[in-house]
Amino acid sequence: MKRLFCFLALMVAVILVGCGKSDFSDAERKTIASLALNTLPSLKPDTTNRFADVPAAAALGSTLFFDLGMSRDGTVSCSTCHKIDRQFQDDLPQALGVGRTNRRTMPLAGVAHDPWFFWDGRRDSLWAQALTPLENPLEQAGNRTAYAHYIKARFGERYERIFGPLPDFAGIPLNASPLGNDAERAAWNAMSDAQRDAINRVFANIGKAIAAFERSIEPAQTRFDRFALDLATGAEPKSDAVFTREEILGLKLFIGKANCVTCHNGPRFTDNGFHNTGVPPVADLPPDRGRVDAVAQVEADPFNCFGAYRDGDVSACGELRFMVKDAPELVRAYKTPSLRGAATRPPYMHAGQFSSLDEVVAHYAKAAASVRGTTEIHPLQLSDRERAALVAFLKTLSE
Amino acid sequence: MLGKQAFLRHSVFPQAGGTRSTRPSVIRRRGTGLASIWRYLLAGLGLAALLVGVLAVVYLTAPQSAQLAGPDLSRTKKTDNGLYMASFVPERGVVRQGELESWLLTLKTKTGASVERAAIAISGGMPQHNHGLPTSPQVTDYLGDGRYRIEGLKFTMSGWWQVRFAISSGAGSDTVLFNVVL
Repeated sequence: MKRLFCFLALMVAVILVGCGKSDFSDAERKTIASLALNTLPSLKPDTTNRFADVPAAAALGSTLFFDLGMSRDGTVSCSTCHKIDRQFQDDLPQALGVGRTNRRTMPLAGVAHDPWFFWDGRRDSLWAQALTPLENPLEQAGNRTAYAHYIKARFGERYERIFGPLPDFAGIPLNASPLGNDAERAAWNAMSDAQRDAINRVFANIGKAIAAFERSIEPAQTRFDRFALDLATGAEPKSDAVFTREEILGLKLFIGKANCVTCHNGPRFTDNGFHNTGVPPVADLPPDRGRVDAVAQVEADPFNCFGAYRDGDVSACGELRFMVKDAPELVRAYKTPSLRGAATRPPYMHAGQFSSLDEVVAHYAKAAASVRGTTEIHPLQLSDRERAALVAFLKTLSE
Repeated sequence: MLGKQAFLRHSVFPQAGGTRSTRPSVIRRRGTGLASIWRYLLAGLGLAALLVGVLAVVYLTAPQSAQLAGPDLSRTKKTDNGLYMASFVPERGVVRQGELESWLLTLKTKTGASVERAAIAISGGMPQHNHGLPTSPQVTDYLGDGRYRIEGLKFTMSGWWQVRFAISSGAGSDTVLFNVVL
């Protein structure tokens, strides 16, 4: 009888211990582990930019990144919108350079892991991306020969130590660019092929230096990562690595019923792909078709991976080579953004359409139709408690 | 799971608490019949608890990721109209998520002969997400013995993917669909 009693007590104990122990299934644990920052692979070399890991290039790139002189009127630098104390973004629905753009500034943590750049992927390397705002009339609004002259005058010695001799500037117009105003385009067209190539090379090197600097901007560890690490190793979570019941529910929804993890996957919480999720357009902005219009732009970019200014061999160009060029799902498809740090940088989406995470979650639960193309998402039944839990979980990626 | 009170009430009443010293006389007064009822009750409860305990152990230790019966994941298939046998292997051994990868596709005829100079078009997507492949994979090399290198595959998301090969050669045109679950 006594033995039976002991056995009963043991069984009850087993049940009680069991109930208190496991919040996550094996599959959930595996998914959670795959999201933790410690699974982020170290940055691959960028063979298209042989200066990508040259410290002097990164140092020059950092100087250029913060230099207001890198704009038409001396008022805008990369850091005007990519603010160093704000996760390298600007908290605005649309970026403000020399003028108002039509897109939200993207943060830069981990940007060098991306295969495509901008919300629509209209550039295929970090260095080609860095060149684009320099000549965009709404951003830095400069022109190609003006930048080359500026580099020679201001940073000539530093430049030459890294990239070799600057070209002969005799006969190079002060203002000329294939993308500029009428006068600048005419001046560009009047230059010889050799002159244009020489200036393009200096311009490409500006991008390569800035990219070398940007490679150093990596995501930081968050509460979620500490929680995930403890979960994976079986360690007892301590201090802020302990998740509340609400955060655990949010995490379970994120990787389960709410299907967020389908696209927001891996340690950067992005699949690096482009998706139409039915995000509404902004009324007073020009029509925006997303990825479908970016395809032609990246193909036409002289600084793309197939272009003359790539270092290394063409085997690095797989993304461009095997790019989807024409498919209905490219219409109003935008890049899946990383969710690391997202909770502290509203507004959200490619043109800052939503001002809070509550609005974002409500949008994905409702899954409204897209104004053009077809949304990939399906409606979700989420209670108020579940919506709040998802937001609570997302905040753990910013703490 | 029994609460503490219920547990005491149901299972250890005869021996519980202050009645301990009087237990022998109680049992003697009620006779062995009643005592054995208690025994049976206790044994029944014990067995029930054992069952629950065993179930709990099984439930808590079994892998909980048991997937529902999913799509056919075989890597060797007869094409839809039976013209070819098609099989693929990822060149790096496993299908990885989020990286460009290449597959080797091997094509044989019904009689087992290698299929030379086939034209192969690749398509696919995620049937549950309303989109095609995120890249445009292509045949980039013929390696002999009916083996073709397919480059530019990329599976960006977790879930159910389909890759379809449309094959055309002297033996005719046919298609085959492979499922990949990540």
